[in-house]
Amino acid sequence: MNGLAQHVIILPVLLPLIAGAAMLLLDERRRTIKTRISIGASLAIAASAVWLLAQVEDPLTPQAFVYHLADWTAPFGIVLVADRLSALMVLVTALLGAAGLTYSLSRWALLGPRFHSLYLFLLMGLCGAFLTGDLFNLYVFFEVLLASSYGLLLHASGKRRVKAGLHYVAVNLVASLFILIGVAFVYALTGTLNMADLAVRLGDLPVEQVPLLKAGAAVMGVAFLAKAGAWPLNFWLPTTYSAAAAPVAAIFAIMTKVGVYVLLRLATLMTATEGSFELFGASWLLYGGIATIVFGAFGVLSTRHLPRIAGYVTIVSSGTVLAVIGSGSEAVISAALYYLVGSTLGLGALFLLADQVTRGERLEAAAQDVGPVFSDDYETSLRNEFEGIELAEELPAGTALIAGTYLLVTVLLVGLPPISGFIAKFGILSGLLDAWIDTGPTPMAGTQTAAWFLVGLIIVSGLTTLLALIRTGIDVFWVRHEQASTMALRPSEAAAVLMLVLLAVGLSVFAGPAIGYTDATSAYLADPDVYIRAVLGGVELNPGDVAGLKELP
Amino acid sequence: MELLLAIGIGVVAAAGIYLILRPRTFQVIIGLSLLTYAVNLFIVSTGRLKLGVAPLVGEAPVTDVAAYADPVPQALVLTSIVISFSMTALFLVLLLAARGFTGTDHVDGEEGER
Repeated sequence: MNGLAQHVIILPVLLPLIAGAAMLLLDERRRTIKTRISIGASLAIAASAVWLLAQVEDPLTPQAFVYHLADWTAPFGIVLVADRLSALMVLVTALLGAAGLTYSLSRWALLGPRFHSLYLFLLMGLCGAFLTGDLFNLYVFFEVLLASSYGLLLHASGKRRVKAGLHYVAVNLVASLFILIGVAFVYALTGTLNMADLAVRLGDLPVEQVPLLKAGAAVMGVAFLAKAGAWPLNFWLPTTYSAAAAPVAAIFAIMTKVGVYVLLRLATLMTATEGSFELFGASWLLYGGIATIVFGAFGVLSTRHLPRIAGYVTIVSSGTVLAVIGSGSEAVISAALYYLVGSTLGLGALFLLADQVTRGERLEAAAQDVGPVFSDDYETSLRNEFEGIELAEELPAGTALIAGTYLLVTVLLVGLPPISGFIAKFGILSGLLDAWIDTGPTPMAGTQTAAWFLVGLIIVSGLTTLLALIRTGIDVFWVRHEQASTMALRPSEAAAVLMLVLLAVGLSVFAGPAIGYTDATSAYLADPDVYIRAVLGGVELNPGDVAGLKELP
Repeated sequence: MELLLAIGIGVVAAAGIYLILRPRTFQVIIGLSLLTYAVNLFIVSTGRLKLGVAPLVGEAPVTDVAAYADPVPQALVLTSIVISFSMTALFLVLLLAARGFTGTDHVDGEEGER
């Protein structure tokens, strides 16, 4: 990849930054142009992600592309790395972001100023966190995405959001400090922040420093587990996600996956070198994931409020991926990645649908809200979120569409055939069983028992999710309420929901190529040498080799 | 000097953790600030403590790396100070908004039983 083409890697970070910043200069009343810019930017990110995906998939080109920021050689400068995993995650982010933005056009984007800019900054933080190959840069991108998520969570204001926001911000500020402590530990011991360089240097670490490094890694791991929504660090999650505006909650669905992504990335990079070095304890991921699934599986049954249910399903989904990564064979990780993509899209759609079916109850809540907060908040008449919503009398096409997609999303998230959720869960279960048959009862008997437990738990969590979603579905669609007829889908909202559902269906129809891709991804992750060589290239440096420093261009 | 710094960081961090666990939003924000200071000091200390040495390599050939301070933690701590400062400001706004909406400074937005 030479010439201009190599700069495509940085587009997912630069485009939303430039577009978002430019929109800050535009008056809040110029909605049409803001809409065009933000949708265009999110589609352009998706296009560059597709291009990157095609590049890493191409057998003739390397599997990992490295972008040296300001042309500083790794490990001294910051690098962006586009490989199979990060390209896939950027693509999912961009698609989910485009759907969320499309959905917001009809109403949510009008409920407060600077929605589009914040949304694009969130996309920038997400893409950056997926692409970066530097630990401290990862922290910075985390802060970018968190800062904009704070703003987005408070979008449209209201008492419920501010109360939820207070908890969310406090928890995440503390978690960010944990990342910093972990990063400082890693730097103090290894003298590097570059992930690939770190993986190399772990082998040279004196034995007496290993416990210290493990402590640092554990502190960092706690922070990422908190972001991933692992039990017991996830009590804020359902409240926050159900309080957020629908398109914001939809993009929040991938924020838990950032934590999962980082854990997967660091764990694979650091465990596979020097054989015995098990840094991010896989068994902790397994047990933590299992506890998370149990919490989520009971959580879905504890409430009849659809946005909260969606929050708990997010926890189940993220717990499943964590536990499966912790159980750790190649085949399972492939299935887990496939599951991650499908369930993230499904969750996005579920949050959007939840917005549709809970309008009636929020009509009352909105009446208590106060006036505009910002001086350039021109939509004071829309401050009552629900003014001007057409109330449909009979069963209109919109309601039928909502009910139909609700059914599809349920099937997808629960893991029933024929949608991708089933294929993913089948892959996970068969992978877990295969791994057991291959190794048989081993000295790691505790982990094996846990893996068996996990098999059962994945099925049970599917069942409780099914029960909760069916119960709510009956409540919403079949029982006749006084306000049951508040569902009138607008074209942009329908387009967003349909886009997500069709993507999930497409993921099932083209399951062959998709699983082929995730298979190759997990094989690639199992061999971190490709990543390390791509990043470090030919630079051979001994620790403390200052002479080498001077000769660099 | 190492011991003094370590004790200092420990005391500040402990005070920060105690305050974060308190029920009033103002206590939480002061606790977050204290914890941030502790973490920032910790980051600086990862470059090893040295007095009166420059972090920059000049024109003269480098003979002894130990004669220089590590510039990386200094750059890191600058970034983290800026980020945590702005996050604290954001939290302060949120704190005031929550006070306005709920009429109380309790973190849950309602008074617990005493």
